Amino acid sequence: MAKYITKRILMSLLTLFLITFVLFVLIRIMPGDPFPVERMSAEMILQKRAELGLDKPILIQFSDYMSMLMQGNFGNGTSLYNGAPIKPILIKCMENSFKIGVISILFGTTAGLFLGITAALNRGKFLDGLCTVFSILGVCIPSYVFMIFLQYFFSYKIPFFPYFFDPSRFLFSSIMPSISLSLFTVSTVARFTRNEMVEVMNSDYVKLAESKGLYGFELIRKHILRNALIPIVTVIAPLVVDLMTGAMVMEKIYGVNGIGKLMVDAIAGEGIDYNYVLALGIVFSALYIGIMLILDILYGIIDPRIRIAAKETK
Amino acid sequence: MNKIYTPQKEDFEFIGERNINIDLNFASQGYWKGVAIHFLRNKFAVTGVILVGIIILFAIFAPILSSYSYQEIISITDSSGKEIVAKSLTPQIADSESQKIFSDKTFIFGTDDMGRDLWTRTWQGARVSLIIAFVTIFIDMLIGTSYGLISGYFGGTVDNIMQRFIEIAGSIPTLVIISILAVFMEKGIGLVIASLLITEWIGMSKIARAECLKLKEREYVLASRTLGAGNFHIIFKQILPNTIGPIITQVMFSIPVAIFTEAFLSFVGVGIVLPQCSIGSLIEAGFNNITILPYQILPPISVLAVLMLGFNLIGDGFREALAPKIEDM
Repeated sequence: MAKYITKRILMSLLTLFLITFVLFVLIRIMPGDPFPVERMSAEMILQKRAELGLDKPILIQFSDYMSMLMQGNFGNGTSLYNGAPIKPILIKCMENSFKIGVISILFGTTAGLFLGITAALNRGKFLDGLCTVFSILGVCIPSYVFMIFLQYFFSYKIPFFPYFFDPSRFLFSSIMPSISLSLFTVSTVARFTRNEMVEVMNSDYVKLAESKGLYGFELIRKHILRNALIPIVTVIAPLVVDLMTGAMVMEKIYGVNGIGKLMVDAIAGEGIDYNYVLALGIVFSALYIGIMLILDILYGIIDPRIRIAAKETK
Repeated sequence: MNKIYTPQKEDFEFIGERNINIDLNFASQGYWKGVAIHFLRNKFAVTGVILVGIIILFAIFAPILSSYSYQEIISITDSSGKEIVAKSLTPQIADSESQKIFSDKTFIFGTDDMGRDLWTRTWQGARVSLIIAFVTIFIDMLIGTSYGLISGYFGGTVDNIMQRFIEIAGSIPTLVIISILAVFMEKGIGLVIASLLITEWIGMSKIARAECLKLKEREYVLASRTLGAGNFHIIFKQILPNTIGPIITQVMFSIPVAIFTEAFLSFVGVGIVLPQCSIGSLIEAGFNNITILPYQILPPISVLAVLMLGFNLIGDGFREALAPKIEDM
């Protein structure tokens, strides 16, 4: 197991390094010049280039950037934030995004599991049908449709929740963004849980447990849920990644100052902020790879069969 | 004496063909015929086909039949006879006289804040989104399938290298790819297509590879090789036709992803640029005016939801029809 984990961690680090390198090179070989040729003399441009280290070979620039990165420094922004250092802005934005993201994942998986279990236990009855319809709609209709409607009805028509996210009233104003962001998670987890539960409930060992006289909560917890949960962990991985995309739209709709909005500002504005694109690209890739790594390891811990299979292939 | 009864002609009745029941599950029938029967029996899948069909018909014909062009700014004469731009009109149906403040023109979905007809724009937008989705997914299918088949067929070092490449390419988040593309390219339709082309083929290639690994050990491949067929012939003439089922299912699930990605990109502002329109850009325009003119967002959002729902239902139907379970029969 330890060997498997070390191998996965090393592989992830290597991938992250490669991605950083490719991002860096792509942005540096971009056609065009960052300096306005008509307003600066050739001498000034040369001087500015030397100052920013842009006259060095690209590999040396990369190693400079990497050593800067190792100290936790992402360099300075350019046009958009008047050359202020990226790091504090990035940390502030990540904090907002993370809080909402964690709340919506927790809410989404709990609500999804609850719905799925309810549906599976009432198989073929009205509740089951209701859950199925809800989860089909939730999977098929894009989450931002829900977001816009929720915002319109519960913040504008009935002004109960605040229209925009407000960090000073974090808990109250994050209810709407988190709920609307988690709808996709809720419906996917619910659908998956229901199908897994039904499959496990039809299996022989559950029938055996029932015939031994086990029933109720004990049976569900010890025999059904433990086996049904393993595949559910696998669907959560892509969902977490989807949340990143969803967060971009959510942050626009609810006006949250998060990394998604930062990314949109960096690429969709008038000028493109290369330093931000690079920094955010690295952060997003690191997040993505990190989540994948954690879930891979978690999966191995939950399911003993995978551990054994990994051992046997060695 | 008992007379032996001889059957008369009137005793028999021709029952026609309708009462002959052949059990379709065990009757010998072609593979695709079986798939078609299972697909058409599935109510959800048929609903999906109808929903998508309606949208496609409207997307083709509504912009042609409409009396306005999608980027035309319409002027109307108001009650005092002055010529004004038809800005932000609420939906008007031709017959309801009370709604008809202006004498000569009606707008089914109303007009947007620039004075363009939303009915035409919605269907033009649906057309753009559908074209983007179909074209990119088709190309992705070609790339992904070939990649997966080649990787799976040759195996060994080739497979190893090709799979490591996919692993690295797959662990770059889509958002990062889009942002890099946004640095290199103009915002617009090209950016959307390029980002879909780069990201969507990976899923297809994984499925094609898995199928190929299963199929290449089959006897007919061995027979073909014994008869002297080349690798190219075996991959594309022998193995490819047998992988079509799972690939079509994957395509059906990729199309809504493509439509959603386009809508998402246009919504955050790196997709389609005005005066061009797509579902996403219409939703964005509607969202900006939602508190004042909430009706503007309804048509594009409904079209998007119906399309996503329809394609997902079709995809589910295909998956079930290709691998029917015993209890479905």
